[in-house]
Amino acid sequence: MEAFTTHTGRAVPLRRGNVDTDQIIPAHWLKKVTRDGFEDGLFEAWRKDPEFVLNRPERAGASVLVAGPDFGTGSSREHAVWALQNYGFRAVVSSRFADIFRGNSLKNGLLTVVLPQETVEALWRLTETDPAAEVTVDLVGRQVRAEGITADFALDENARWRLLEGLDDIGLTLRHADDITAYEARRPSFKPSTTPLGAQF
Amino acid sequence: MGRTLAEKVWDDHVVTRAEGEPDLLFIDLHLLHEVTSPQAFDGLRKAGRAVRRLDLTIATEDHNTPTLDIDKPIADPVSRTQLETLRRNCAEFGVRLHPLGDVEQGVVHVVGPQLGLTQPGTTVVCGDSHTSTHGAFGALAFGIGTSQVEHVLATQTLPLAPFRTMAVTVEGELPEGVTAKDLILAVIARIGTGGGQGYVIEYRGSAIEKLSMEARMTVCNMSIEAGARAGMIAPDETTFAYLKGRPHAPAGDDWDAAVAYWRTLRTDDDAVFDHEVVIDAAGLSPFVTWGTNPGQGAPLSAAVPDPASYSDPSDRFAAEKALEYMGLTAGQALRDVTVDTVFVGSCTNGRIEDLRAAAAVLDGRRIADGVRMLVVPGSVRVGLQAVEEGLDKVFTAAGAEWRHAGCSMCLGMNPDQLAPGERCASTSNRNFEGRQGKGGRTHLVSPQVAAATAVLGHLASPADLAGRTGASDVRTPVEA
Ligand code: SF4
Repeated sequence: MEAFTTHTGRAVPLRRGNVDTDQIIPAHWLKKVTRDGFEDGLFEAWRKDPEFVLNRPERAGASVLVAGPDFGTGSSREHAVWALQNYGFRAVVSSRFADIFRGNSLKNGLLTVVLPQETVEALWRLTETDPAAEVTVDLVGRQVRAEGITADFALDENARWRLLEGLDDIGLTLRHADDITAYEARRPSFKPSTTPLGAQF
Repeated sequence: MGRTLAEKVWDDHVVTRAEGEPDLLFIDLHLLHEVTSPQAFDGLRKAGRAVRRLDLTIATEDHNTPTLDIDKPIADPVSRTQLETLRRNCAEFGVRLHPLGDVEQGVVHVVGPQLGLTQPGTTVVCGDSHTSTHGAFGALAFGIGTSQVEHVLATQTLPLAPFRTMAVTVEGELPEGVTAKDLILAVIARIGTGGGQGYVIEYRGSAIEKLSMEARMTVCNMSIEAGARAGMIAPDETTFAYLKGRPHAPAGDDWDAAVAYWRTLRTDDDAVFDHEVVIDAAGLSPFVTWGTNPGQGAPLSAAVPDPASYSDPSDRFAAEKALEYMGLTAGQALRDVTVDTVFVGSCTNGRIEDLRAAAAVLDGRRIADGVRMLVVPGSVRVGLQAVEEGLDKVFTAAGAEWRHAGCSMCLGMNPDQLAPGERCASTSNRNFEGRQGKGGRTHLVSPQVAAATAVLGHLASPADLAGRTGASDVRTPVEA
């Protein structure tokens, strides 16, 4: 996973609440076999409207999504996180995220920042008035900054450390490789095993 | 203080435990299928990682596989790509795969137990929410996301947050004609689709102990429909008898050592559950769903409920939406609901005992005109066994279609789908909007109810067939 320390970019104000994962990436995209190539499926239904904020030329290249409350509800599909990342988003700001979506996002290095709804509104106003306004999401200082806005945010220490170090769970677990080997060594012989490929079954 | 079954299994798999961190748990068995694994293999490839324990990993094809013409190329190019990707990944990484056409192919949750890989006291994971099925053996088994699939492939472990424990105790005798499916549907209707959130449920009590392994799997399978992380049943003589002699069951001294360990896997008398639900088996009857989530169910003898009767506004709203989608009216008798399609199969009710039960009802009878009935064994082995017992003949003689193994109409990722507006009595586990095909309407039922419904053309139980011709009226139905 790519480390996240601090990121500065232009924002997309998404004035909608309860954006569920079906809206983020519709079900028919789930037959894809890659983690990339989901960018065209992101908010697919809404993108048919040329006036949808993501379609506006001044939002091209924006990397911070500022959304309404309860972002990421519904199905647990990790594809929702991949779609946001594939599109180019590094961080999502909202006053409330669905649990599973948040877990998935932090596993993939997409920073989900919880800020009070007033701050979300302030960010909406700023970036709607000035599409070129930059927003800084600083995980080191646990702060979001933009012109006239400084807001601290919380993130549990374990998750923050993993993001700062760019450690995916796998990298982290592999630090315990010796413990895993030791566990395997004391595992009883009666435990089931499959027959790997090529072995006699 | 004593520990529950779930806590014992958890404790036996802790690799590391540290303050402020989730426990790192060892995974005994990792099952793979084509839908949730491609991105996980990709991740391994990008990071230059191998599969840590090929001997604890096994793959099968199920969700996308056709149930007709399996020797022909798969028509849907996207489904074909997903299957071909799994084949390539398994070959590249060395994972044992049972592809379409293989004798061990089938729904992943039917395959694990029948190979004897699912054993008491093990941890079992799969990128599929119905992994809870394997809990029937006293295993701690749960569904995981794609990142976690990759994690298990690379490390054979998972960091996991603790769970809470719930006991669902079912005492007494199930009345004649009442099955494990009716029992679990009644449990879900009682505790709600979110009632199990954060819990591992242990099913216990005399009614549970009397269930066969197949029936126990049906119960544990649907734990996820109550929102639970997993469902479990303590292993006993029934479990041991089922496992003995299976291809991957322990043998010789290992068998004795295993059984000695398995016997310790019972909740201690002084253990305390975080939550308890008690159900009287004698009060249960055939149960069907009327709505669009598995908690919206009622006894077959009841009527479609009136949304106005719900005091909770969100329940009322959900019921209104469900009736609208399902095309039902409040107060309508459930027995009057006519169906176009009947599906017998899935990881909930696609095992041999389920097929026997459906065949026993159909023996000597015909399904109603205009009704299409699909019988899809959960695995190739189940299908072969059914053929050996002549069940396929019973189905086809009754006018049903006998198909090849797979998930099939449970979720309609293959061509077996409902057309918009079509109504189906289904032995599967989810009645969500569009689950069996866009606009399709699903009623979850037991295999017995499915078969009786097929004969009468409306929701019905075998008792409704009394007096109508059928071999089962004059002689004992197909014996086990
Ligand atoms: S049979 Fe249905 S529920 Fe079971 S694994 Fe297949 S699709 Fe999922």
